Amino acid sequence: MMKIIVCLKQVPESQSVRLDPVTHNLQREGVKSIINPFDLYALEEGLRVREEHGGEVIVLSMGPPQAASALREALTYGADRAILLSDRAFAGADTWATAYTLAAAVRRLDGADLIFCGKQAIDGDTAQVGPELAAFLDIPHVAWARKLIFADTGLLQVERLLDHGYDLVEVQLPALITVVKEINTPRLPSFKAKLRAKSAQIPVWTAADLGLAAERVGFEGSFTRVVKVFPPPARGQRELLDGTPEEMAAALWARLRQWRGQ
Amino acid sequence: MDYVLTEEQRLLQDLARQVAEERIKPVRAELDEQEIFPADLMQEMAQADLFGIIIPEEYGGLGLGCLESCLVLEAIGAACVGVGTTYAATFLGAYPLLLFGSEAQKSHYLPKLVRGEQLAAFALTESQAGSDAGAIQTTAVRDGDFYVLNGTKQWITNAGEAGLYTIIALTDRAKGPRGASAFVVQADDPGVSFGKKEQKMGIRASATREIFFQNCRIPADRLIGKEGMGFIIALKTLDYARPGIGALALGLAQGALDEAVIFARQRQQFGHAIIAFQAVQHILADMAIQIEAARALIYSVARFIDQNPKDFAKEAAVAKVFATDVAMRVTTDAVQILGGHGYMREYPVEKMMRDAKIFQIFEGTNQILRNIIGQALNKEYAKKRS
Ligand SMILES: Cc1cc2nc3c(=O)[nH]c(=O)nc-3n(C[C@H](O)[C@H](O)[C@H](O)COP(=O)(O)OP(=O)(O)OC[C@H]3O[C@@H](n4cnc5c(N)ncnc54)[C@H](O)[C@@H]3O)c2cc1C
Repeated sequence: MMKIIVCLKQVPESQSVRLDPVTHNLQREGVKSIINPFDLYALEEGLRVREEHGGEVIVLSMGPPQAASALREALTYGADRAILLSDRAFAGADTWATAYTLAAAVRRLDGADLIFCGKQAIDGDTAQVGPELAAFLDIPHVAWARKLIFADTGLLQVERLLDHGYDLVEVQLPALITVVKEINTPRLPSFKAKLRAKSAQIPVWTAADLGLAAERVGFEGSFTRVVKVFPPPARGQRELLDGTPEEMAAALWARLRQWRGQ
Repeated sequence: MDYVLTEEQRLLQDLARQVAEERIKPVRAELDEQEIFPADLMQEMAQADLFGIIIPEEYGGLGLGCLESCLVLEAIGAACVGVGTTYAATFLGAYPLLLFGSEAQKSHYLPKLVRGEQLAAFALTESQAGSDAGAIQTTAVRDGDFYVLNGTKQWITNAGEAGLYTIIALTDRAKGPRGASAFVVQADDPGVSFGKKEQKMGIRASATREIFFQNCRIPADRLIGKEGMGFIIALKTLDYARPGIGALALGLAQGALDEAVIFARQRQQFGHAIIAFQAVQHILADMAIQIEAARALIYSVARFIDQNPKDFAKEAAVAKVFATDVAMRVTTDAVQILGGHGYMREYPVEKMMRDAKIFQIFEGTNQILRNIIGQALNKEYAKKRS
């Protein structure tokens, strides 16, 4: 039997995100929210381990109240239960404060045999929360897992994706694993799970529930500050050709010849 | 248009649309071109509970009805009716058991279908018995605690891929059609073998093969219902399945309309998007009218069937004929709207038009179904007179 926790984050769908030209903050209004894509692979791996070894999959997310919808969606794939960590005090958390808060929730759940995270979130792109969470819990972690093998020795073997090839790492449970997309193909939701998810109660845990002081969480508890977010400057020269397809093709051809001649 | 679906029906429809968009559409052209049987997709659909729709809850299913199965088939059909036919054929194979099977048969076979461990197939047609199903030659001879089957079934969807087959065979030649019976046969029964995969015009993701029975010995408890009930079982099975075939065709037609409108809005000729031309708009409008009428009809007939009426052969035939004729016309018109592009394999409407044709042929040709409707009318009016 395995107790499995999958951490997931609700993120704005990447294609639709824009920066506010004045404040440089992400404009989230009217933007569709999704489960961070890498976290779907983490969830799938959790579900597969449960199917093989029995046990329970708990999905955990820190976020605003509307992040409950991401957890509800996770339930449609077959997670057993979901817990949302939500409190005004959690707002503005950096990776440290996020991992600190998640760690408190994992402790409140009496730990787990395996914790799965996606390799990174597509909005912040830091890839830090998973390893930090493992550090706070004082358990080993393996990042970028592309395959898990449960060895007879009781150790978990993990293939860790590298730029060229992979590492084979052995790790003792409990452990935290962050996964890459190569690890599996996430399943479809099931109808029965969709029905259950519709009426599922998702408990919301606050800083007080977790026994955390307000100055250790959220913006207050963060060691880093985002000073400025800006779009990268446009690179290189650009020129828009117009006219009929034939004219544009002729103009492009002329440019290519010109550059080649240089 | 709002058909006042329940929240549960909407959830199911959403799920089926997600399967269609995310899993089927991206691979449909390849499945068609290379005639690949969609075994993996069937597994995924089973995991999503889609094989359980009409199976009662006590066998692991969802215990839903004809309308729910039509909603799912419509959504799948919009992406690929080759995949949809493969999926629907399992229901066709399951209906004889669902409707007439013993408790032991149902509890043995139905959960396997729900879990996707086995697909099913239904085998009636033979080389000399197409529309004239009464002309079947396959025999099942009782021998102690066994039946021994001999004969050949032709053009059976899922043959060679399914684990479970419901077969109509003659147990008493002398009685003609009243001497037919239905049996469950397993792919691994001795004396069962399959022909080569047929090469087809459309629905090329689906597998169609012959089934050969050569002294195929099966335990006597494989008989479904009683001896002599074979054609009653076959006809009822087809009555139940026909609205679903109509729903697949409806989805196909909707898929073709979607492609046609998108194309017509973007294709420029004479300085305008071609949708600006009234002649084009009218074709699109006629497509939309026929599709909406087909949808309203299919849903109504499905809701009627879900009230458990005693006889609904005529209504089921009406739904199948109308929706499949619509699909043939609409897909043909979609090719016309796309012009030369529509004729190219690069665009999906070429496949859609090829796929549409079979729907006017199988599960009762549309001529045979018109016979059924005509005969029903004759009976109804005879009653009114007296
Ligand atoms: C791809 C595919 C999959 C199939 N899957 C299955 C399956 O899973 N299980 C199964 O049992 N069968 C299956 N069939 C068989 C299918 O149901 C038959 O093809 C169909 O019933 C028609 O029979 P037929 O092809 O022999 O045509 P025929 O009966 O020879 O008919 C030829 C033409 O004559 C017309 N016609 C015949 N009799 C009459 C009449 N009395 N009045 C007016 N017109 C008439 C027909 O409408 C048709 O236009 C499949 C067929 C195909 C092509």
